[in-house]
Amino acid sequence: MSVAATPPKSSTPGGAGGQRSWTIRTREAGVAALPPEKLLPDGQPTYVGSWIYVFGVATLAALMVIVGSGMILSLKGPAWWHYTGVGRFFNSIHLWAVELFFFTTVVHLWGKYWMAAWRGGRARVWITGAVTFLIAIPAALTGYVSQQNFDAQWISTQAKDAMNATGAGAFFNVTNFGQMYSWHILLFPIAVVALVCAHVLLVRRHGVVPPMDLATELAGVVGASPPTHPDGHAIATRPAAPAAEAPLGRPMSQEDEVAS
Amino acid sequence: MLGAVFNLNDPAHVVHWHFFEMSVSNLVVICLMLVVFALAILLPFPGATRRQAARTLHDEGGAMAGGTLKGKPHRGGQAGEGAMQR
Repeated sequence: MSVAATPPKSSTPGGAGGQRSWTIRTREAGVAALPPEKLLPDGQPTYVGSWIYVFGVATLAALMVIVGSGMILSLKGPAWWHYTGVGRFFNSIHLWAVELFFFTTVVHLWGKYWMAAWRGGRARVWITGAVTFLIAIPAALTGYVSQQNFDAQWISTQAKDAMNATGAGAFFNVTNFGQMYSWHILLFPIAVVALVCAHVLLVRRHGVVPPMDLATELAGVVGASPPTHPDGHAIATRPAAPAAEAPLGRPMSQEDEVAS
Repeated sequence: MLGAVFNLNDPAHVVHWHFFEMSVSNLVVICLMLVVFALAILLPFPGATRRQAARTLHDEGGAMAGGTLKGKPHRGGQAGEGAMQR
């Protein structure tokens, strides 16, 4: 008995009737938004060589350590992280990775704020980064009340009044260990990781924001029409300086700067 | 067990000035962040001199919009000043 390979009845990718399946539409939309050469570029503009981006990458590294050590802590449980040497070690790793996360996040955030990193249609890049920082704060605070010790009891009893004053205490009870632990190891981490992924992908999509001087020079080159991204967003610039005072001293073509 | 560098059994030291009240440890961390931020802005990034030289060479070499340091067509989607680092 032999089985002959039968070709598909329809040569249309999506099947009969010419209707493309949702998988094809999703794939094409994904590739159109983030083609491989943009998702994993092999080069970056020279202005990416800055310490500010080192702190962004350090934030990602700290987040990985936080998630990894948190997984181990959740597997072993409170008795392990309180009463064994290895447990206390991982407990400390988790704590200090969080300290490092906030330290590097704040430095990165300050740098991007003073660079006005939302220029050129990058508002979503800025918003996802800033909201990540805001969500990370309760993610860390719920960790304090999830320790299962007197410190956690003290912090939770101090925090409950603030929560009740805002009205959030009705559904966010900081003295409820089970609820706080769920928020700390599931809901907040999902939100933070999802926002960080969105932030990184948006950076890939729109490119790193160019320095203001470069954007100004571009505005002077293209004249009345401001430079735009392929998405249609205008690149926000400062008023154009006279050509003789152009800080970089060489004319730029619009395609030089457009980063997405 | 080795003791901590600082005695952690005492109440925290607090800086209190008019309405301002903050523990010394928090104040130290905030000041450290400001110092590190200033250093991140002021200190040159490693390789900046090399990239500046490459950019100058690139400028003297004529119009190579979107090119790379090696003069190849820019393959990535992150176009910048023309001079790219890999």
